Amino acid sequence: MALLETKNLGISFGGLRAVNAVDISVEKGQLYGLIGPNGAGKTTIFNLLTGVYQPDEGAILLDGVNLTGKKTIDICKAGIARTFQNIRLFGDMTVLDNVKTGLHNHYSYSTVEGILRLPRYHKVEKEMNEKAMELLKVFGLEEYADYKAENLPYGQQRKLEIARAMATAPKLLLLDEPAAGMNPNETKELMDTIGFVRDHFDMTILLIEHDMKLVSGICEKLTVLNFGEVLAQGDTQEVLNNPEVITAYLGE
Amino acid sequence: MKKLRINKTTKNDMITYAMVILAYIVVQVLVSTGHVSSLIQGLLVPFCTYVIVAIALNLTVGILGELSLGHAGFMCVGAFSSAVFSLACKDAMPGGLRFFLAILIGAAAAALVGFLVGIPVLRLRGDYLAIVTLAFGEIIKNIINALYLGVDSNGVHFSMKDALSLNMEEDGLMLIKGAQGVTGTPNDSNFTIGVVLILITLIIVLNFIHSRTGRAVMSIRDNRIAAESIGINVTKYKLIAFTLSASLAGVAGVLYAHNLSTLNALPKNFGYNMSILILVFVVLGGIGNMRGSIIAAVLLTLLPEVLRGLSDYRMLIYAIVLIAMMIFNWSPNAIFFRKRLKQRITAGKQPKKEEA
Amino acid sequence: MSFVAHLINGISLGSVYALIALGYTMVYGIAKMLNFAHGDVIMIGGYVVFVTVSGMGLNPLAAIIISMAACTILGVVIERVAYRPLRGASPLAVLITAIGVSYLLQNVALLVFGSDTKAFTNVVPFPNLELFDGQLVIKSVTIVTVIVNVIIMVGLTLFVKKTKIGRAMTAVSEDKGAAQLMGINVNGTIAITFAIGSSLAAIAGVLLCSAYPALTPYTGSMPGIKAFVAAVFGGIGSIPGAFIGGILLGVIENLSKAYISSQLSDAIVFSILIIVLLVKPTGLLGKKVQEKV
Repeated sequence: MALLETKNLGISFGGLRAVNAVDISVEKGQLYGLIGPNGAGKTTIFNLLTGVYQPDEGAILLDGVNLTGKKTIDICKAGIARTFQNIRLFGDMTVLDNVKTGLHNHYSYSTVEGILRLPRYHKVEKEMNEKAMELLKVFGLEEYADYKAENLPYGQQRKLEIARAMATAPKLLLLDEPAAGMNPNETKELMDTIGFVRDHFDMTILLIEHDMKLVSGICEKLTVLNFGEVLAQGDTQEVLNNPEVITAYLGE
Repeated sequence: MKKLRINKTTKNDMITYAMVILAYIVVQVLVSTGHVSSLIQGLLVPFCTYVIVAIALNLTVGILGELSLGHAGFMCVGAFSSAVFSLACKDAMPGGLRFFLAILIGAAAAALVGFLVGIPVLRLRGDYLAIVTLAFGEIIKNIINALYLGVDSNGVHFSMKDALSLNMEEDGLMLIKGAQGVTGTPNDSNFTIGVVLILITLIIVLNFIHSRTGRAVMSIRDNRIAAESIGINVTKYKLIAFTLSASLAGVAGVLYAHNLSTLNALPKNFGYNMSILILVFVVLGGIGNMRGSIIAAVLLTLLPEVLRGLSDYRMLIYAIVLIAMMIFNWSPNAIFFRKRLKQRITAGKQPKKEEA
Repeated sequence: MSFVAHLINGISLGSVYALIALGYTMVYGIAKMLNFAHGDVIMIGGYVVFVTVSGMGLNPLAAIIISMAACTILGVVIERVAYRPLRGASPLAVLITAIGVSYLLQNVALLVFGSDTKAFTNVVPFPNLELFDGQLVIKSVTIVTVIVNVIIMVGLTLFVKKTKIGRAMTAVSEDKGAAQLMGINVNGTIAITFAIGSSLAAIAGVLLCSAYPALTPYTGSMPGIKAFVAAVFGGIGSIPGAFIGGILLGVIENLSKAYISSQLSDAIVFSILIIVLLVKPTGLLGKKVQEKV
């Protein structure tokens, strides 16, 4: 059974059919790419998957559990984490605290225990610090732990956003244009990071990307969207050689 | 590195606590050696009141990232609920216990009202929150000014019309007399209690900020959508922070009420202007900076007393300083300029981190 | 008959609120900021008319025009000095600054004109309308205010829909960045919005003071806040919403003063705001906007 399945997913904004009859099926452990020209509905699909928008039609299944109509935080708890096209960090908080906030639902003590600094506060905070530092190390961010997130260099901000998403211990990670605004060197480094995340955490990743080099380099399967509908779907090389896809991307 | 970070925030908090204690000792020494005029001595408890309510508001503005213009209203709730309690139990229990319970009652009443106001309001966008809290402050003031409350052998009576319609027995005790407010509240508060309450407020707020709950609240402030995406329940954490902030403002009200024998809900102590004044403290001290709020609250309360000649211009100066501070601190151009300046100063001192 | 009289008084008050609310709604709709100082611009407008009419003996019509010019300049200066540097900053920062400006205007007025109440002379030179042998009196100010309101409302709607500047305003309200790319001068458009809003404030000031002839530095503050409530009530950003919200609010305030309690009328008005926001956060005629992710 596929880890993520969307069935006949659709949404309209006013008269515009932004996403129509989209079926995507991502197997566990896959690195799956979602590509398409600007305005094809890629980010809208992410927003549907994470409950930012509610679909007019269709269903979303994660590991066989129906998530259609669920709220964002419940979807997060069910195991979908994401990054954003325009980075959304907690800019005024430290890098470490960004990740610790991602751990929020996995470590618990009450507000009163926190205010009174009861033993459980110290114990859980210590565990959270260790876990967060471990994650920061994976992404090579440990030396920035003290920095305010907004003061990080751009490339590191992207990584921190992935680290924060990983802190929620998701089953599925959604990356929205992770290479946007990066130079070729940074993109190369990012590809390594994404590959490493997949292997190290045994993670399933669905990513939106424009950078064809990145897509063909790491994605095993692709779905190409055009005007909100699926244009082509299948193995990466096959899809990229599909004449229709080439037309949609390069024009006639 | 990790250790260092924790030490840094703890150290920062400790400095704040030490500052308050030091200020207390200095004032006590000055008072006992007769260096403090009776005018300033009379201001010591109000100082504490303003400091507490400024810290409380800073929790809402700086940590939650929402603007409340109704904190004077929460103060008012805390003041009146506790004053009524203390008056009713004037002879029933010893002063210490009575004041302790009064603080709890004031805090609880303000928290309850904060919670009830917060439910509808915190779902709204920032500007609406400001205007609704303002509206709420006015509602509270209006209601208290129209409220008559008394107690006699038959129990508690209340009316929104006048004292006569309470139908009290001869032995009855008037608790709230409409616009005349509460008279005869026992004078239970003093400077030492005020400072202790400041310290407790500080400990609560600073520990809150550095806790799991505090991080959730700040993540909502920094980016609501991202916070939701990592499973933070936005409404819940906003409500927790707002309720806590309201209840601390209520404590400030308790302190205020027990320093006066007559308590009225006037525009100048519990109205919109008071809320703005508290906001001025917070903005001048630095949004999100608790130590700054304390310093600003004390300085701005002290200054007009020291500079009597300027009293006509006081509010005018506050207004100008408020605008200037906001533009200097928050204008995108000013932020950019300061960043450049900082980079220029630190350039060369710090190794480049990018290669790491 | 007394009910009708209270109702008419309510409409009279409400039409003043509506006029102020129009200014709020214009600025909020386009600049996306709550211009807290709007009520105080009204107060300044009132003082200008007071000084020119009672002090210098000018013709009321000339005084109104001078007052409109003064408020327009004031509005544009406030926007340029206090608000424009904060374009792009957090809404919280802008709101606090606006509160600062409101405070500044009040205190400047306090220093210049003093805290004593000035008796304002009614500048509407028409007789009151008496119906049913004088049992029901409709003040001429009320009639004028309602008429002025309707004219302004229609004028504003046409202006926004039909003129180039009006369409630029709509564009700026939708998306500042995109409007800029389309060659619209965003700062200029917002400045014009403030100019219009402030000149409306001058008119509102004159009519407010004619209907309730007591002028102090705080005259604008409470009506300003209530007018904002009215704008929210009707749906902020909507021109007809401001009008309907204003009238309704005035009527509710007056009827609760008459039939419930004069002390609690403000509390009732504000409670209505809270209830409206609870039930329909966008107000009666407001549009829902979703944040783009």
